[in-house]
Amino acid sequence: MDSEKKLFTVSIYTENNIGLLNRISAIFLKRHVNIESLTSSQSEIDNIYRFVVLVTVSEIKIKRIIKQIEKQIEVIAAFYHTDKETIFLETALYKVKSKSLFEKKDIQKIIKNSQANIVTVSPKYFVIEKTGWRNETEDLYNSLEPFGLLQFVRSGRISVTKEAMNISDILKIKKNK
Amino acid sequence: MISGAEAVIKSLIEEGVDLIYGYPGGAIMPVYDELFKYQEEINHVLTRHEQGATHAAQGYARVSGKVGVVTATSGPGATNLVTGIADAQIDSTPMVCITGQVASHLLGSDAFQETDIIGISTPVTKWNCQITKASEIPAVIAKAFYIAKSGRPGPVLIDITKDAQFEMMNFKYDKCTNVKSYKPVPELNIDDIKEAAKIINRSKKPMIVWGQGVILGNAEQEFKNFVEKSGIPSAWTILGLSALPTEHSLNMGMVGMHGNYGPNMLTNQCDVLIAIGMRFDDRVTGNLNSYAKQAKIIHLEIDPAEVNKNVEVDVAVLGDVKKTIPLLTDLISKNTHDKWISKFHSFDKIEYKKVIHDDLYPSKQGLTMGEVIKIINKETNGDAIIVTDVGQHQMVACRYAKFNESKSNITSGGLGTMGFALPAALGAKMGAPHREVVAIIGDGGYQMTIQELGTIYQTGAAVKIVVLNNDYLGMVRQWQQLFFDKRYASTEMINPDFVKIAEGYYIDANKVDKRSELKNGVAKMIKSDKPYFLEVCVEKEANVFPMIPSGASVSDIRLD
Repeated sequence: MDSEKKLFTVSIYTENNIGLLNRISAIFLKRHVNIESLTSSQSEIDNIYRFVVLVTVSEIKIKRIIKQIEKQIEVIAAFYHTDKETIFLETALYKVKSKSLFEKKDIQKIIKNSQANIVTVSPKYFVIEKTGWRNETEDLYNSLEPFGLLQFVRSGRISVTKEAMNISDILKIKKNK
Repeated sequence: MISGAEAVIKSLIEEGVDLIYGYPGGAIMPVYDELFKYQEEINHVLTRHEQGATHAAQGYARVSGKVGVVTATSGPGATNLVTGIADAQIDSTPMVCITGQVASHLLGSDAFQETDIIGISTPVTKWNCQITKASEIPAVIAKAFYIAKSGRPGPVLIDITKDAQFEMMNFKYDKCTNVKSYKPVPELNIDDIKEAAKIINRSKKPMIVWGQGVILGNAEQEFKNFVEKSGIPSAWTILGLSALPTEHSLNMGMVGMHGNYGPNMLTNQCDVLIAIGMRFDDRVTGNLNSYAKQAKIIHLEIDPAEVNKNVEVDVAVLGDVKKTIPLLTDLISKNTHDKWISKFHSFDKIEYKKVIHDDLYPSKQGLTMGEVIKIINKETNGDAIIVTDVGQHQMVACRYAKFNESKSNITSGGLGTMGFALPAALGAKMGAPHREVVAIIGDGGYQMTIQELGTIYQTGAAVKIVVLNNDYLGMVRQWQQLFFDKRYASTEMINPDFVKIAEGYYIDANKVDKRSELKNGVAKMIKSDKPYFLEVCVEKEANVFPMIPSGASVSDIRLD
C-alpha cells in the first residue's frame, strides 16, 4: 500500500535564506523525484516562509524525504498531505485578443459560467483570471483556446491544511532545546 | 577597526582553532596575509592539493574530536575540496571549510577562478553560507562551528568574497549556542527507553550492532557498561571499530560485506537487534528483504532522518547516546547469554579454519595482507591509530587490526574515498602527536594523493606509511574475478619505484617482499621516530573473505 505512488502536497516552513531553495530541491533531485509545482511565500508568522511543493511519490518515500528536509538547518518543519487533507487552489491567467471579446458572444458566456474574472481590458487584449482546481483552469483553457490565446500561465499550487500545523509551538520547542 | 580577513582569523582563534590545513590562492590571499601575522597562534599546514587538506582535517577531527578547519581559494581550490566534504558529510565528521570567492561585484560574471561553490557544495554540506560583507564574518563563523560539531556532526562551508575580506569592520565575537530553526539533539522520550528495556529484558538471543555514534557521542564508557551489564554479544560497523577494545569478551567482530561470519549469520537468527549510533548502510545490511526479519529492532539514534530510512524499527530511541544508553542500562536486568554467545564462537571456529588461519599463517609463498596486519599489531601492541584507505587492504586491516583505545580507526567508510589515508594519517598524527599512527594503504589509493608525502616531509609528522602492493586495484579485481569472469579491465597497475619516490621526499623508506624480512621491516619502521615508508609486496591475486555478494542476504555470506 505504502509503495503506491500518490500526489502529495509538501509544506515546508523555513527561515529566509539565499540558497535554501537549492538545498530543498537538491533533496528531490538526489532521489530522482520530479517537482510538479513549487510556490514560496511568506507564512502566517513574521520572517517565516512557506514552500508548497507538489510531488508524486510513494508514501514511504515522502516520509523519508520529509525527514531529510527537516534535517536542513534553516527548515523549521515540513509536512506532507494528500488532497483530502488540504484546501488547495491554483490561479491561471489567460491573455486573449480584445477583438474576440466583442465579436464572439460565446466568450462572455464562457467567462461567466466558469466564474472567472476579467482583470484588465485594453483595446488590443484582455486578461482573464481563474482560480480553482486544476481541472477548472484546464476546462477554461480548452474553452478559450479556439479564440486564440496570446498567453497562458498557471501558478503552482497553494494550499492550507485542514488540521493545524502549530508552527509557533514547534519554534518554541526548538528554542528550548 | 580590523579587516574582514583579520576577523576570520580572530574568529577562528575564538573557536580554539590552532591548526588549519589549506592552500593559498588569489581570492583567499587577504586571509593568508593575516595567517602570516598570526602564525604564533595558528599553524597553517600547506598540503600539496586541496583534497589533501580536507582529508588531513578529517583525520585530525576524527582522532581529536575537534573541528577540522580547511582554507582554500575560489574556483579550482574550492572544487578540489568537494570529495573531502562529501566524505565528511557521509561519515559525520565535523569540519569547517573556508573558501575565498571573487569580489562581490564580479559574482555571476564568470570572473577568473569564479565557481558557484555554494551551489556545488549544497548537497554535501550540513550547512553552507556565502559572505559578501565583513560585518557578517564573526556571526557566520560562530554559527558554522556550532553547526559542524553539534548533534550529528558534519561539514560546513563558508565562502567569503574578496572584497569582504578587505572591508574594515568592528570585531566582536559571540559564540553561537542556538539556531532558531535547528534542533541538534531530538527530544528524549523515556517511554521509548522503557519499551526498549522491556524488549531487551525479555529477549533470549539479543545482539548489538554499534556504529560511529558511540564514538561521536563520547559514549564509549556508557556503551561498555551497557554491554557488560546486559551480557549481549556486540558487533561493529566499520566506523564503530575501536569504540570497544578488540579483546573484549563481548566484542564479536565486524558486520557487513567483509565482516565476520558469526555476527552476519546470527543477524538473521537473533530475536532482538539493538542498533546503536549506526545507519543500516547497504554494506552492513546486504539485501534488506532478508535482513533480521525475525528480530525486533531497537534503534538508538541522534538523527531522526536515519530512523526507518533503510530498516523499519520496532522502537526508536532518539537522542544523544551519551544520555540514552545509561538510562537504558538502568532499566535492563543484569544478564549473561553464554549459550547464545557460544553460537558466535562456533561460527568463529569455522571462519578461523576456512579464512583467518590462512590469512594470518599462510603456507603459500606470497605474503598476505593479514600477516602484515598481524605483525603491526604485535609491534604496536594494539596501541596505534590505524588509518586505512579504501579497498582490500582496508577490509583486511579492519578485520585484523587490534585496538585498545577508541578513536583509533580512521577510514573512509561511507564514501569509500581512495586517496583518503595518506593525508588523513598526517592529520591524525597532528591531532594525536603522542600516539603511533600507521597508515595502511593500497598501491592504487596511495597514488591518488601521493603528493602529500611533500606535506609529511615539510611538517615532519612521524607518520608510518605501509603500502600493501599487489600491483592491482585489488578489490575491483576481486569483483572482476568473482562476478565478471576474470575480465581484468583496467585494474592492473604498472607501478613506479615507491621507495625511490619516498626517498625523493627525504622520507626513510624500505621494501619487503619476503616473509623472512617482514617482522624486522615492520619493527624498524615502528622504532623510527621520523616519517617512514614501508612497501610490502603482497600476493597479487588474493581475495578478501568472508564476503556477502552485493544484493545477497547477510546469511548468504561466502567463506570462499
